[in-house]
Formats: sequence, C-alpha cells, structure tokens
Amino acid sequence: MQKKNVAKFLLACLLMFVSFNSQAFSVKEPQEGGDAKVNTEEEISEYIDHHLADSHYVNFFSDGETGAHYGFSLPVILWDNGLKVFSSGKFHHGEDLAVIDGQHYRLYHSKIYKTDAEGTITYGENGFPANERPLDFSITKNVLYMLVVSLLMLLVFGGLAKQYKNRSVPKGSGRVLEPLVLYVRDEIAKPNIGKNYRKYTGFLLTVFFFIWILNLLGMTPLGVNVTGNIAVTMALALITFFIVQFSGNKDYWKHIFWMPGVPWPMKIVLAPIEVLGMFTKPFALMIRLFANMTAGHVIIMTLLGLIVVFQNWIAGPAFFGFTIFISIIELLVAFLQAYIFTLLSALYIGMAVEEHDHHHPADNEDIPVL
Amino acid sequence: MEEALNLDMIGAGLIIIGAGFGLGKIGSAAMEGIARQPEAAGKIQTAMIIIAALLEGVAFAALFAV
Repeated sequence: MQKKNVAKFLLACLLMFVSFNSQAFSVKEPQEGGDAKVNTEEEISEYIDHHLADSHYVNFFSDGETGAHYGFSLPVILWDNGLKVFSSGKFHHGEDLAVIDGQHYRLYHSKIYKTDAEGTITYGENGFPANERPLDFSITKNVLYMLVVSLLMLLVFGGLAKQYKNRSVPKGSGRVLEPLVLYVRDEIAKPNIGKNYRKYTGFLLTVFFFIWILNLLGMTPLGVNVTGNIAVTMALALITFFIVQFSGNKDYWKHIFWMPGVPWPMKIVLAPIEVLGMFTKPFALMIRLFANMTAGHVIIMTLLGLIVVFQNWIAGPAFFGFTIFISIIELLVAFLQAYIFTLLSALYIGMAVEEHDHHHPADNEDIPVL
Repeated sequence: MEEALNLDMIGAGLIIIGAGFGLGKIGSAAMEGIARQPEAAGKIQTAMIIIAALLEGVAFAALFAV
C-alpha cells in the first residue's frame, strides 16, 4: 500500500516536471542564423499577447515552420439579426472569411468583425477597427475551461457530499478536499462573518475552489488564462458586491450614510467617501486577481522567451532554473489569490451583516471597529 | 529621438518603490510581532495578509492607471 502511494507521488512529480518542460517547448523553437534576433523578440511578444487573450480555438501547439496548429475549434455563437451558430474552424485561424447567410465575418485579432466580401478592415481615428461587430456569445477557450471546471467541481464535491450519508470519514479525493473545505469554513467564514456564517459558506467555498482550480490550471501547458481575464474577475467581484449589498443590515447602511459617533459636519464629509468605498472594494478584488494572474503568466513566459533570445549555454540553464523557481512561487500565488479573494469577500460580508450591540459595549470589546 | 522621456515608466517605478517599502514594513512588523508573541502567529499572519492584499490592490490599481 505504502509503496503504491510513493509510486503515485513520484508519478505526479514527474508529470508536473514534464508539464513545466512542455510549457518551455511550446515557445517557438529558435530560428537558425543571427539575423533573426529582432524577429524572435517580436514573435515572443506576440506569443505572450496571444496567450493572454481569449480565443476561439483551443491551441495546444503550433508548428513554427509549417504553420500548422494542433488543437480544436470551438463553436461560434453570434446574434446578428438572428442566431448564427457555426464552427470557428471556418475562419481557419483568421486566414479565411466565414460566410453565413450572405454575411461575411472575419476573425481579426481574436475578435469577430462584419466585413465585405474582400474582408477589408477599416480603421477608426483611434487606430482600432471601425467595422461593425455582431454580438458574440461564442463558447471561447475561457468559457470552455470555466464550464469544464464547473462540471468537475459539481462532480467531485457532489460525490463528496454524498459520501457523508453513509460514512463520517471520506475516501479518495475527499480526503484532500475535506480539510480545505473545513479550512474555508472555520478559518475564513466563521471568524469573519460571525453568527450567520452558514448562509454564506456555500458561496465562499464555490468561489475559493473555482479560482484556485482555474489558477492551478493556468500553470499547466493547456494555455488556460481564465482568472487573468478581467471580465471573469469582474463577474466574480460583482457577485460579491451584490451579496454584500443585499445582505447589508440597517447598521451597515447607517454607517455608510450617517456615520454614528462623529460630529455632524464630518458625517456629511464621510457619506460620499463611504459610498465610494462600496464600489472600490469589489473593484480592488477584480484588479487584484486579474493583475496577479496576468503578471505571473507574463513573468513565466518572458523568462522562457529570454532563453530563446539569448541562445547560449549560460543563459539557457539559468533562465530555465529561474522559470522553475517562479513557477513554484506561482503555485503559492495561485492558492494565495484564491484565499485572499475568499477572505476579503468574507470580510466584506461580515462588515455588512455585523450586529452592533449598542447597549453593552463592554461585551464586544474584542471585535475590531472597522 | 521622437519621445523625449517616457514618464509612464518612471511612474511605474515609483509605484513599485512605494509598494515595496510598504510591504517591507508590513512584513517586518509582522515578524516582530510573531517574535514577541509566537502564540499569536496565526492571527498576525491573517492580518498581515489582509493588509498586504489591500496594499497590493492599491498598487495594481495605480499601475493600471499608468
């Protein structure tokens, strides 16, 4: 039994190492000849931009020499005078126009534009394409990965919940997940929310595992960068915002609009600041997660790109080692950001539902005044 | 030279200096606190992470403004 577990652990380590390596190989192979240097830098920067952006394809690997892409196309769903559904394979990675019901669509820098038969893109004054865009509800790479993670969480946690009907000790993956669930409940929800913590634990657990799993998937060579997309983090922050506002009690609103315990001219000054604070808190949640994950991806890919730029025996191993070091830090950051997002959400909810006992101030001396 | 001086980069540098200084102070204070009262390490750590996260949020917001 013991030996089997050790073997499993070693296999996991090996897989992790391979995934680090294949991430390195997914950067384009260096070109022969010295004159390609400037070109290589541009290529790397383009590659990083492409990785950070959402896409209509899942692309695992591209062959730099033949230009072949290895991956699969995703469905495109457009609303443009009626629903239009077709495969993104019709675009041939932006090289071809998709003609649906006589309307030409062009994929240009991962965005879909309406064009004429030649596929002309006209540019506006600000340098961005001025072509009309259809409403795009496509299942893009990010949407796909979010759906996959949601389904995975539903299966794993649903199974875990079911286990408790028959036994008090979970088995299998539940043994890893139970302490984490308890950690979120006992260390994040309970101390920060207080009495009614049970009502919000479901949300906190969902958000914690959703962000954490997506962050960890971002460290695999699948090309996932979901939490590094500001729209995703905005949606998550908005959920927290609405939960906080809708669960806010009388005291919460009183502390925003008519702060007790300060002279009245101060109350007038404080009200706009507090109202602003209502919005800056979720805004900071959004920016923090997005910026941290984007920065992590950029650092790792830049370091890998530097190997290709320098192309010598000193820089290669040095940057390879540095990449592994940063990757390990990123594993920590992946957990830390999920933790911070959940903790701050719990803190904000706690501030909204906190009950102020005005008659016995001595009883809650240990509650910090926020 | 077309662009004489790119002030954005200097601004970004100033933000990083400020954020680094702040994070250093948070870290040092937390270390001192833990050394003085090791039994409160858990509580201090949580508070430290919260404040570090708030600082980080401001720093990132400033970096995006730049």
